Amino acid sequence: MSEHFARPAGGHVPVLRLGDVLLVTLQGDLHDGMASQLQQDLAETIVASRVTGVVIDISGVEIVDSFLGRVLAETAAQTELLAARTVVAGMRPAVAITLVELGLTFPELRTALNTEAALAMLAQPVVANRPGGEGRP
Amino acid sequence: MPEHEADATQVSPAREVGEFLRRRREQIAQRWADEPLFRTVFTVSRDEAVDAGRVIVDALAQVADAQRIEDPDAAGFTGVREQLARMGAARSRAGLSTTQVSSELAALLPPVENLLVADLDQEDPERRRECATALSVLMGTLRLVTMQTALSENQALIDRQRLQLLEVATPVIKLWDGIVAVPLIGTLDSARSQVVMETLLNAVVDQHARFAILDITGVPTVDSLVAQHLMKTVAAARLMGAECVVSGIRPAIAQTIVHLGLDLGTVKTRASLADALGYCLNELGANIVNAPAEGAVLR
Repeated sequence: MSEHFARPAGGHVPVLRLGDVLLVTLQGDLHDGMASQLQQDLAETIVASRVTGVVIDISGVEIVDSFLGRVLAETAAQTELLAARTVVAGMRPAVAITLVELGLTFPELRTALNTEAALAMLAQPVVANRPGGEGRP
Repeated sequence: MPEHEADATQVSPAREVGEFLRRRREQIAQRWADEPLFRTVFTVSRDEAVDAGRVIVDALAQVADAQRIEDPDAAGFTGVREQLARMGAARSRAGLSTTQVSSELAALLPPVENLLVADLDQEDPERRRECATALSVLMGTLRLVTMQTALSENQALIDRQRLQLLEVATPVIKLWDGIVAVPLIGTLDSARSQVVMETLLNAVVDQHARFAILDITGVPTVDSLVAQHLMKTVAAARLMGAECVVSGIRPAIAQTIVHLGLDLGTVKTRASLADALGYCLNELGANIVNAPAEGAVLR
C-alpha cells in the first residue's frame, strides 16, 4: 500500500470532460492508491461541474480481479449519490467471464458495448432503461 | 547329433519361432483363412483372407527375429497395425463385444501351435515347450496390439466427434443489425456452456450487438446446473453492455424451472425465438408492421 501512496503524482487517472459527461479511461492494472484517488477526483469534478454522467471505459483492461470489480461498483454508487449516472463501457469478454465466475454480476451497474453507446445512453432521458433492467415504460 | 543340438541351443526360442513362421507361412495363412475372424472379415474371396494372413505372419516373423515377442511397440507391428485395426473394427461393427473379438484372435493360436509341435517333432520336449511358449507369447502380443489399435482408433474418433459437436452445436447467428442469436441444441454441460458463453460474447463484440438471444428450444432438459450456466452467460453479456434474452422455453421446461424453485428473475425470457426477436426489435426502435390491406389488386 505505502509504495502506491509514495508516488501520488504518477498515480492519477485522467478525467476528461466532454460536455455534460466525464470520460475516464482505465488501462492496465489499477492500484489501490490510484483507485481511491480516482474516486476522489471524480466526486470533486462532478460537484464542481455539475455533469450528469460518467463513462468509465475499460476496453484497455485485460485482467480483472475482485478489487477492480468493487472499485467499479463503488464508483458507480458514489456517482449515483451525486445525481449523475455511471456507465461502464467496453468490457472485454474474458473480463466479463472472470467477473461472473467470481460471482460479481453487479445488477445495478449500467453497461454499454463501447464509449459511443455509453454516450448515447447518457444522452437519453433519465428513465431510459439499462441492460437487464425492466425496459422502457 | 551333438552338433545339431549344440547349434539349436544357441538359437533362441524366439528366433526359432521366427524361422518356423517363415517356413510355414503358406500353411498358416491357409489355416487362418478358415478361422471365423478371417472368414467373416474378408467375405469377398478366400485369396484375400490368405493374403492378409501372409502379411500378418510376415510381421510376426519379423518381430520374432528382433527378439521382441513381448513388446507391442515392436517395429514389425507398425506395418500391420492398420489392417489389424480394420479387422477389429469390422468385427465390432458386426456386433461383437471386445471380449468376443479378443477370443476370436485367441483362436488363431491353436492351428499355428499344432504346426509348430509337428514341425519340432525331432527336438527334445524341453525345447519344444520353450518354442511353444514363445509362440503363444507372440500371439498374445498380437492380440494386445489389435485391441490397443482398435481402442485408440475408437478414442480418436470420439475425440474428433466431440470437437465437431462443440463447433457444430454453437453457431452464432446475426438476426438483425445489433441482434445475435445462439440456438442451443442438445444437453448443456460445463464444457459446452463455456464454449457457448465465449462464442456469444465474442460475437457481441464483433457485431456490436446490443441484444443476444439464447434459444433453448433444442435443450431437452433444464436442471439447476443448466439454469446456472444460462444465468452466468446472461450476466456476462450484461456486463459487456448487451442485453440477453432467453427464448424457446417449452411448457414442460417452464414447469420444471418452477418446480425446482430456480429464480430466473434477472433473466429476460420469451416463449419463442420470434417473440424474443420482436422484443429486441421493439427495444431497438425498429418495428415490423404488416403491409396495409388494399383489397383486390388488378395486375
